[in-house]
Amino acid sequence: MSDITKQSLTELVENIKNKKLSSTDVTKAFIQRSEKSSELNAYITDDFAPALDKAKKFDQNPNLDLKLPGIPMAVKDLFCTKNVKTTAGSKILNNFVPTYESTVTENIWNEGAILLGKLNCDEFAMGSSNETSHFGNVQNPIDKNLVPGGSSGGSASAVAGQLTPITIGTDTGGSIRQPASFTGIVGLKPTYGSCSRYGIVAFASSLDQAGPMAQNVKDCALLQEVISTYDSKDSTSINFKRNHYSKELTKNIKGKKIGIPKEYRVDGMPKEIEDLWQKGIQYVKDCGAETIDISLPHTSYALPTYYIVAPAEASSNLARYDGVKYGYRAKGENLIDMYEKTRSEGFGAEVQRRIMIGTYVLSSGYYDAYYLKAQKVRKLIKNDFDEAYKKVDAILTPSTPSSAFKIGEKTNDPVSMYLNDIFTVPVNLAGLPGISIPAGHDTKGYPLGLQIIGKAFDEQNILNIAFAMEEKINFKNKITDWWIK
Amino acid sequence: MNKKNTEYLINRKDNQYEVVIGLEVHAQVLSESKLFSSSSTKFGAEPNTQVSLVDAAFPGMLPVINEFCIKQAIKTGIGLNAKINKRSVFDRKNYFYADLPQGYQISQFKDPIVGEGKVILDMPNGQKEVGIERLHLEQDAGKSIHDLDPQNTFVDLNRSGVALMEIVSKPDLRSPDEVNAYIKKLRSIMRYLGTCDGNMQEGSLRADVNVSVRPKGSKEFGTRCEIKNVNSIKFMQMAIEYEANRQVDLIEEGKTIDQETRLFDTKKNETRSMRSKEDAHDYRYFPDPDLLPLEVSEKFIEELKNDIPELPDDKKKRFIEEFKLSPYEANILVSDIDTAKYFEEVVAKMGKNKDIKLAVNWITGELFAVLNSKGLEISHSPVSAKNFAILINLIKNGTISGKIAKTVFELMIDGDKDPQKIVEEKGLKQQSDPKALEALIDKIINENREKAIEYKQGKEKLFGFFVGQAMKASGGKANPQLINEILKKKL
Repeated sequence: MSDITKQSLTELVENIKNKKLSSTDVTKAFIQRSEKSSELNAYITDDFAPALDKAKKFDQNPNLDLKLPGIPMAVKDLFCTKNVKTTAGSKILNNFVPTYESTVTENIWNEGAILLGKLNCDEFAMGSSNETSHFGNVQNPIDKNLVPGGSSGGSASAVAGQLTPITIGTDTGGSIRQPASFTGIVGLKPTYGSCSRYGIVAFASSLDQAGPMAQNVKDCALLQEVISTYDSKDSTSINFKRNHYSKELTKNIKGKKIGIPKEYRVDGMPKEIEDLWQKGIQYVKDCGAETIDISLPHTSYALPTYYIVAPAEASSNLARYDGVKYGYRAKGENLIDMYEKTRSEGFGAEVQRRIMIGTYVLSSGYYDAYYLKAQKVRKLIKNDFDEAYKKVDAILTPSTPSSAFKIGEKTNDPVSMYLNDIFTVPVNLAGLPGISIPAGHDTKGYPLGLQIIGKAFDEQNILNIAFAMEEKINFKNKITDWWIK
Repeated sequence: MNKKNTEYLINRKDNQYEVVIGLEVHAQVLSESKLFSSSSTKFGAEPNTQVSLVDAAFPGMLPVINEFCIKQAIKTGIGLNAKINKRSVFDRKNYFYADLPQGYQISQFKDPIVGEGKVILDMPNGQKEVGIERLHLEQDAGKSIHDLDPQNTFVDLNRSGVALMEIVSKPDLRSPDEVNAYIKKLRSIMRYLGTCDGNMQEGSLRADVNVSVRPKGSKEFGTRCEIKNVNSIKFMQMAIEYEANRQVDLIEEGKTIDQETRLFDTKKNETRSMRSKEDAHDYRYFPDPDLLPLEVSEKFIEELKNDIPELPDDKKKRFIEEFKLSPYEANILVSDIDTAKYFEEVVAKMGKNKDIKLAVNWITGELFAVLNSKGLEISHSPVSAKNFAILINLIKNGTISGKIAKTVFELMIDGDKDPQKIVEEKGLKQQSDPKALEALIDKIINENREKAIEYKQGKEKLFGFFVGQAMKASGGKANPQLINEILKKKL
């Protein structure tokens, strides 16, 4: 069964349920491929031996009613996993082993899935290329020395490279959708409050949201169905009626109104992105939907707003990493000295930069000009979407302003790095769901993604649109296995 | 009393200074579990045994508001006659310290749960109203222990995350005595409400004291200093006295007062600068994104209002009207909820033919004396309200005299004995049989013929001698009123 790892999640579930494959077969196949894929550097920590034990145990008495029966799965190393090291890609947590499980991963294991390991990511999810990880950068399976995007770069690389059939990432400003776009896979950022944040290492609490990353829309819908639950342990979790997303998935989007926001036609956007967008518009029309030109007038303020709100929250969220209770601790002359050395040595440059920005914008004298102003603009951005949704059911945009770039290409230019998130950030600021689907290739043959943004709690609708478009696009990821040893 | 005489002023040569005081009282919410976690709040447990992952700020842990603490804060607000804010916001107050695991304290900054209110103080020269600026909820920090090891500081997180109410007064207090009355009144209200146990020894009630001075008659406020974390009323009073005099001395010397945070050294009885305004922390307050704004409905507040017990001011009014007590007596009885409870139970147990005045005298006299000497709270009184009521009734119906009652009371203390039984067992019942007393008196007159003649000749003082003899002969049990009557007749 050499082609096990090429199968989608839906196929694997089917084959396990029909007893054509055992969990052990599947788990072994992904472990073997993962072991041959060390060059991708997708894993920070593997959990292969216990995974195989769990698979064998599953096979002894398989519960085939579960949604993810015996399916092995690696997850982003931002999710706390009981008794398995959780680093958030940072030196400051390089020895941290949680005694607890995040709600999202708990949901996944409860449906029968098996942890393969923890996937690389930008340090504390701060980055758009997976180059800020303390555990080294991740290779994009598409091409050597190409970034997989970030912050869920390890997750994107692992799905595209077939090291895991499916995974979960987190998305604060585009950290699921941008790497999904860069690696030719599907990534969903759910509505804020859809997936519990309990047990996820926090970056920016008002923006962070876990979500599925998959080879296709149906797999994505199935995993979203599993991870999205109301959780009283997260005060921002919202108790709404959640769909059986995979069961209710339909390609019938006839009559749907899709908004095309003119403000997403940004200066200097490559022609191939514009062309892709036009193709996308044609696809939805071919599916029987209608496109309507709309305006989201405050779009250009989204990025600066994000780079105030997110660092502000991060500067406070990361204060707990002080060397006192857990994680890395440097020796110091006294308490202050210990703090300074621990945090200087424990945090990387990008994290330090954001802590400093965040501390600055919250300082007395600057609070009103930056943080408070940013909150007001955030409200305006949300109002833009509310206004648009009076006319349309969903919005179609490119996922990113470019395809994947080379490792090291943007590391010395944070602003050009931040610009990567220009199309994804407004969605987080407004708390809306957004999905990126692979839609084509650029001239270099690198994948490009389109983003569908939905109304709050309307994941089903954007999954349906993505499902319908997916068939029309008929995207084929060009994976050559160049890294396999 | 003349108001002028009670004014607290600091005198220097020709100048008189008024002291202006505002308090930030930190009251620990009486609650089984912490403000944002389910850990126990029990005092005195082994270090770090009441710490959840949330309290220790582990990665990915999130605060979840404890609804009971919200109710407690609202009840306290109602008790302070304050505006309850239907929408309030939890903010993060950011600073680094080893006993602050999150690196921030969750508090309320711009939008507290309770707004303006007031409390009434009973001062010797009349009532005084003190304004409440606000009440907000916040987490307590852990405890740093510096004296267990020469090299290391130990941290105990049992207290980390415990709910506190910070009650901020307006700068309405003018003397250490008013501060004393204010703290006692707050404590009394919260103990009535069951929202704070008010135990200052265990740190359940502590205060930051803001002090400034100004020339008498001035309307402007002087520059204030904040004395941090004072944990007894006595120390608050000492600190204010020291600090006010220090500030006056500076003014008299033509110097200026720096706005700063100071610490009170209880051993040296002085305040010391802790940090100046320039060194003040920038706490970078911002709304905690892990918590949604707290919204409470009118119905929620109304239900809590219905749940509010009779508070000291109302109870006092009722005691005066219903039991015909003086304001002074009523004050003593209502100031502590347990005293009020004891008193009301005694009143209830005394039944129909009761003497409330007598009961009050005995509670504030004999009972308080015993509690004082034994260092006991009235809630742990060695004499139950039931037996106390029986004793008062025994006096009232003439079974025993007040004097014998004191003997009986002393016997009751050991094991809360029934006074009725003591009286029977020890044969202490008052002799009120006129015939028996007449016989007894006849005998005494016969034995003291000469003195009886002297009395008849006008030496009236000797009447007391005969009373004494009669009481002595009866072993103190004779009804003194009857003795008087019979003696008058016989002599």
